[in-house]
Formats: sequence, C-alpha cells, structure tokens
Amino acid sequence: MPAVQETVERVKAIDVDQYKYGFETIIETDKAPKGLSEEIVRFISAKKGEPAWMTEWRLDAYQRWLTMREPKWARVDYPPIDYQDAYYYAAPKRLAGPETLDDVDPEILKTYEKLGIPLREQEILAGVKTSRVAVDAVFDSVSVATTFKAELAKAGVIFCPISEAIREHPELVKKYLGSVVPVTDNFFATLNSAVFTDGSFVYVPPGVRCPMELSTYFRINERNTGQFERTLIIADKGSYVSYLEGCTAPQRDENQLHAAVVELIALDDAEIKYSTVQNWYPGDAQGRGGIFNFVTKRGDCRGARSKISWTQVETGSAITWKYPSCILRGDGSSGEFYSIAISNGRQQVDSGTKMIHLGKNTASRIISKGIAAGRSDNTYRGLVSAHRKASGARNFTNCDSLLIGDGCGAHTVPYIESKNASAVFEHEATTSKISDDQMFYCLQRGLSSEEAVALIVNGFVKDVLQQLPMEFAVEAQKLISISLEGSVG
Amino acid sequence: MLEIRNLVVDIEDKRILNGLDLTVNTGEVAAIMGPNGSGKSTLSYVIAGKEDYTVVDGEILLDGESILELEPFERAAKGVFLAFQYPLEIPGVGTMTFLKAALNAQRKARGEAELTTPDLMRRVKAAATKLAIDPEMLKRPLNVGFSGGEKKRMEILQMALLEPSLCILDETDSGLDIDALKIVADGVNALRAPDRSSLVITHYQRLLDYIVPDTVHVMANGRVVRSGGKELAIELEANGYADYRQQAA
Repeated sequence: MPAVQETVERVKAIDVDQYKYGFETIIETDKAPKGLSEEIVRFISAKKGEPAWMTEWRLDAYQRWLTMREPKWARVDYPPIDYQDAYYYAAPKRLAGPETLDDVDPEILKTYEKLGIPLREQEILAGVKTSRVAVDAVFDSVSVATTFKAELAKAGVIFCPISEAIREHPELVKKYLGSVVPVTDNFFATLNSAVFTDGSFVYVPPGVRCPMELSTYFRINERNTGQFERTLIIADKGSYVSYLEGCTAPQRDENQLHAAVVELIALDDAEIKYSTVQNWYPGDAQGRGGIFNFVTKRGDCRGARSKISWTQVETGSAITWKYPSCILRGDGSSGEFYSIAISNGRQQVDSGTKMIHLGKNTASRIISKGIAAGRSDNTYRGLVSAHRKASGARNFTNCDSLLIGDGCGAHTVPYIESKNASAVFEHEATTSKISDDQMFYCLQRGLSSEEAVALIVNGFVKDVLQQLPMEFAVEAQKLISISLEGSVG
Repeated sequence: MLEIRNLVVDIEDKRILNGLDLTVNTGEVAAIMGPNGSGKSTLSYVIAGKEDYTVVDGEILLDGESILELEPFERAAKGVFLAFQYPLEIPGVGTMTFLKAALNAQRKARGEAELTTPDLMRRVKAAATKLAIDPEMLKRPLNVGFSGGEKKRMEILQMALLEPSLCILDETDSGLDIDALKIVADGVNALRAPDRSSLVITHYQRLLDYIVPDTVHVMANGRVVRSGGKELAIELEANGYADYRQQAA
C-alpha cells in the first residue's frame, strides 16, 4: 500500500506530458546511409567485424525478407511503413569498442544515469542496494557497456553483447541462433535476422545458478532509426537464470520501428525467467509519434523438466505486436506467461502468447491482465495447442480486461487446439469496467481520482506484479499509475 | 453543524429537490423520512458531492462553510461520510488495503500523520469485533461476495474508523433482518457524540426504534414539509405518507 501512495506522489510530480524518458541525448553518431539493401546488410556485418558465415546468414535472411509481406491479422491499424526511409545502423561516434567505461561518451553515461540505470560497478557496490544486477546497455545499434562481466565469468556465465558473442563464441551462436525463431519465421523476425545490430547474449553452463539478475536496457536515441536487437539466452542442463529487459525512447513526432527477436533455450532441468518492462514512447494524446513495436519472443523448453517463464509489463509503444511464447518440447517441461498490458491515449496493443505442447506431461499457465483507457484498443491474442504426442498436457488460462472510461476497447481472441484426448485446457476470462459508482464510492471515502484508479488497477494486476523481481515490481507499479494519468475525470 | 438553504437540484433536467431547507445541529441525530421518490437519496448524494446532479440554486454549509465547490474527497476530508444504500464492490482490492488507503488519505488531507499498519490493524480489529464482523472478511476484496447485511456492517465499520463529523445513513435498514439491524443500530449509537451530527434516512419507522432521533423531518416532492420530534415518526407509522402525497400533489 505505501507503494500506492508513492505512486500517486510520482504521478502528481509529472507534468502534463506523462512520458518522462522523452529527452534526447545530443551526441555525434556514425550512421549507415538511409534505406535497406544488400550493401547495408554487408555494411552492418562489416561494422560488427563479423565472420563470413554470419554475413551469409544475414544476406540469406535479407533475400527471403524481400519475398515476404507484413502480417495483417493483428487488430492494429497504422500507416504503411516505408522501409527505405529509415536508418538501420546508428552508433555513437566515440565508440570504437570501448574497453572501459572511461572510453564511453560521458553524454551516454549521463543518459543512463538519468534513466536510473547504474553502469559503474563500484557505484552499484557502494550503493545501499543489497541485490546486484548486471546490466548490458544498448544505445541505438550498439552495446555501450556491460557490467559485472568478470564476476559472472568466474561462475562460468557468459554475458556479453551479441556482436561480441558472434566473434568470441561462434560455436554457441552457430548452434543456437535461429534455432527457436527460424530466419523465415515471420516478416519482422526475418527483417531482424538481416539487420540486427546488437542485443545481449547469455550462456549459463550446466548446474550453475546465475549469481545475479541479468538485465539489458535498450534505448533508441537517433531520429528515424529502427532498433533491431537480438537476444539469445541459453540455460544449459540444470542451470537457472533470471533476466530483465527495459526500454525507453525519446519523444518524437514520427514513428520509429522496433523489431526485436528474443530466443530462449532451456535444456534438461534448466529454468529461465524473463521479465520485461516495456516503456517505449507511446506517442502523444492525438496519436502522433511513438514506437511501432513488432517483436518476436519465443522460448524453447528443449530439455526434459525445463521451465520458461515470461513476465511482461507493457505500457509504452504506439503499436504493440508481441507474443512471447513457449515451445514445450521436453517431457515434463512447463511454460508460464504473466502479462500486464496497459493502453491509454491512442495506443493499440495486440499481445498475448502461444503455448505449444509437444512433450508428454507438459504444463502451461497464462495470466493476462489488459487495461484499456483513453481511446486505446487492447487485444489479447493467445494460442494453446497440444500436439498428438502431448499426453497429459495441461493449461490454465486466465484473461481479464479492465476498461476505464467509454472511449476504449478490450478484445480477447483465444485459440485452443488439441490433438490429444488427454489434454486438459482451462480458460477463464472476464471483462470489467471501473464504474462511475465505484469511483464515487472511493472518492466519498477520501481518495482522489488518481488514488482511486491506482488502488483499483493495482488490485487488478496484483497476481502478475507478484511474479516480477522485487525492485522491478515497485518500478512497474509506479509506471502503471503514470501510464494511466489523465485517464479519469 | 449542517445547514441547507433553498436547495434546488436537477438530474438530467428533471427537478428532484425543490427549495429544500434543513438544519442539523452539532451533536444531533436527525431522521429524514418520506415516501419513495421524495428525493431522500438525492439529498444524501448531493451533500456527498456526486457529480450527476446539478445544483441549480441554494447552499449547503458545513460548520458555516459552503461545501458545494468541493470535490467529494475534499468533503470526505472535512468529515462528510455517506453510508451507501447499496455499497459498491471493489474487486481485487483487499478490505484492509482499502481501509488503510481511505484513512490515510483523509489524515493526510487534514495534515495528520499516517497510521502505521499495526496501529491500523488494532483499530480495525476493535471496531470489527463490536460489529460482529468476521476477521476473515477483512482479508477479502472489499464487499465482493459479501451478503447485504455484511456490506451494511462494513459501511458502519468504515464510519467508525473514519470518525466523521457528519454521518449520513442512506436507507441503512433496507435488506437487514432484525438481528443485523440491531448490530448496525448499536454501531451507530456508539458513534453518537457531542461533536458529531447524523442524518438517518429511512422509509420505515422501524430503524428509529433502535436509533432514536432527536428530530424528525418529513420530505415530500423535494422539500422538507414537516419537522418535529421523535413522536412524528410514530405518527407517520400509524397514518402512512398518504397525507403528504396529497399535499405534494
């Protein structure tokens, strides 16, 4: 509860425009020429110092992409994207593979400071925080810093920018890259395969419990630049890792494209917990600007008894098209999806998950909470399927939508396919609205409109917030209230 | 002290209150009686500040100050409490969480220190025991799945915790059996204090056997048409509202 009070204080401190990460960092950048072509793909690959096999991989993806079309089935509406009118590579100029933080442009360090992301290990160590988080900071197309690498290496954990992994750990990258999300998976994933610029790579060796939370913080800064990050996480047999992802962007009038791919692989008895707080710039109240977020996230429970858990808090982006999914391949494996998707203003969200049961006795759980306010549209789209061999597959799905005001929409589109008679799938769904009478009741008891909405919404999303790591949960709770600022009254 | 002068109120162009005058002195328990549709519930909502109503004319003064321009939560902080005829369910929000949020919001508005959780728990438990509220209820979402009687008792619990200076009870007796009615009445009587006024709105005299009022006001057609002592309630019970309906027409 004190968090609710705190939330309200935070909300009040924000000015009319509620997005507080909208500032721009002025630095010199090194950019590829505008547009997309084979030359640009080669340019990116060369900039990253990639081996020939990687360049070929990208070119193959680019050729396939040319033959593909944007998917149109999602309940989102946006003007056509001109793929030739964007930059596919932008890197801070001073950055030629920084060895230490002292080599990083101080403006960039200041940016992360402003965003509340500590990049200096000694500062984190000196802080009062007892728990530590290792951070990989990605600024436009490049990773600018990765903290605690040495300490993680002691435990055998590899945590580095993916461009570095391609050079330093080619055997792992070759084996796993594209093994969960194939190059041809979908339009945006194929585009990403051709032009991805940076992202994080994690490998946790057998039996190792990663000694700290890992996190990547993505920041789009440059104008007209797409961000195409690629994340690959491998948890070897019996290992455990918890990974957090955060994202923000400056406030701009034009739309910017973000098309990421995240692949997770869990081998026998391994567990991966992946949490996201997505707070890209959502556009203004009239729907001008904002990030187009077309993201493919998928986890493969490749080993027996492995477990992958997705938790997401989605508050930003003008358009969200995102379905973090689990392939439950290993016998006895399990997948979880916990989601809070909030839309306000003119935001459009089409998000959900896929749980593909392939192995025996696999289990999945989906808890989705959609909150729509303003004139936004919020769709949950989910697929639960059991393959013929998936005896004993179990799923529980709970999908709740909350509407605030009269101008918004909530939609639930669940697909259920079972080819195995022993599969047990349960689906629950509710839609409710914060009524004027409920608001008046709360106000009569002394709560302001903002406090009342914060209280009701926090109650609504409680089950999902509990799934987030502690520090993240508090942040997320604050973010939720800020996102709903101005949604009543 | 509550003073209402010439209050004229419309809802969607329909006149509900039509020049109502009413004074409730500090420390007094006033009963408002009247036939259905006489504007009793509207009066309670307008005092609390519900926005669906348009105040066309008149004045509502609380301790000499107009409250018409205040938001509902500001009125609450000034001590206005409305026990709802139909208390609302707030799914997902634990009863204890709600009580703490409400109490601290009001304390903050009055510049008082927030209550600590143990302090709050102690107060809530003491009040709950008096109202025969099962402690398990406090762990559930506010009013969700509560019976009619449980909801009413929860209203009185909130009233006891918030210690308002003006208690408005809107048909609190409706839907209560006689045992629940006694518990609720005891709860209200326990809150009688020299610095607190109460407005007890009821259709039936029955409640007034347990909450004995200092004054009784009869409403008809959006006005107070007759005022008197507690004997007026008994007279109404015997004769019904027929006279007033005619008078109104």
